[in-house]
Amino acid sequence: MDTTQIAIAEQVAEQHRHHGKALFFWVWGALLVMTAIEVYLTYQNLQPVKMLTILLGLSFVKAALIIGYFMHLKYEVSRMKWLTMCSVVACLILMTIFFFPDAFRILYLGVK
Amino acid sequence: MADSALHDIPSVYEPSLFGTYSKKIGMWLFLLSDSLTFGALLYAYSYGRISTEGWPTPFHSESIINATIMTAFLLTSSLTMVLAVRASVHGDAKGQRLWLVATMLCGTGFIVLHGREWSNLIAEGLTLPMFPKVPGHGAASEFVNVSKTVPQFGATFFGLTGMHMLHVTLGVIYLGVVALRRKFIPILLVLWLVAWLGTPVYSPFHYGAHVLLIAAIVCTIILWLKPKLYDSSDVEVAGLYWHFVDLVWMFIFPLVYLMSAKIL
Repeated sequence: MDTTQIAIAEQVAEQHRHHGKALFFWVWGALLVMTAIEVYLTYQNLQPVKMLTILLGLSFVKAALIIGYFMHLKYEVSRMKWLTMCSVVACLILMTIFFFPDAFRILYLGVK
Repeated sequence: MADSALHDIPSVYEPSLFGTYSKKIGMWLFLLSDSLTFGALLYAYSYGRISTEGWPTPFHSESIINATIMTAFLLTSSLTMVLAVRASVHGDAKGQRLWLVATMLCGTGFIVLHGREWSNLIAEGLTLPMFPKVPGHGAASEFVNVSKTVPQFGATFFGLTGMHMLHVTLGVIYLGVVALRRKFIPILLVLWLVAWLGTPVYSPFHYGAHVLLIAAIVCTIILWLKPKLYDSSDVEVAGLYWHFVDLVWMFIFPLVYLMSAKIL
């Protein structure tokens, strides 16, 4: 890395030094608890749509915790946060719009 | 001239547009593109599930427990990874190496359990046409008809989880190079031989093990061309990749395993 990059890397490392270890253990604990809830719900034989809604909800919370704390995005500058998250969410929304109506259409027409 | 003048003054530098160094921005861009790969695979699986009648639910209680332990391994590996990053920014080289090796062990545990899960499913008849035939494979095996009547399940399941397993394997190798540098190459070669010779010829892992040999060759070339001591920025960038494979599993586990569980 050149001098500029080294200076920026040192600045980023300095930000990391201020984060307490306990926070990471809390996040890890929360992720484990949410996983345990997911498995518990599996054994309750809920309706598939209700089950899917809850599981996806918990998955998005877990993803947000991993991205925010473990991947450190919470502490990045706003420009970085918005650009990364908006671009990927926009692409996934486009996939949803294109794929899912078609999947239901096949079901409606019947599988030959 | 202007550049050299700037570099002579360490405290003066051009501010980064994203407030961080280029390597990290590069990794974020790679992860964004990779998230679309996994997004497409997850959508393909979900599309198949919605549009196919008689979608199988092959995951018994034993599979769910196995997948839950795999999830715990990955979550714990993410914790050890942040502790490695933390040790590296504090200049604790020993702690950094220790936590990186702990992360690799958790990742290896995940791969071994996942391999066992795949082997059990294949032995029960859930397979792909490209997989070698299992000798003595009975027609009465539980899922022998699933591969014929709903081939979409095997294709999307093995495609999605196989791609994730490959990412975890490459992640373990990446961390091994960052933690141990050249010392990791002989370890990787031993792992390749164990995986290759230790699996039966009809197992997909018998041929899949050659990924480790290819990785060993690539790592040797990289370490030979650019030998260096990996600093805290390298550890942080490796950590981003590792957390990403954990993140992807947070969607695969509920969508593939929990939504296709067969709890009696």
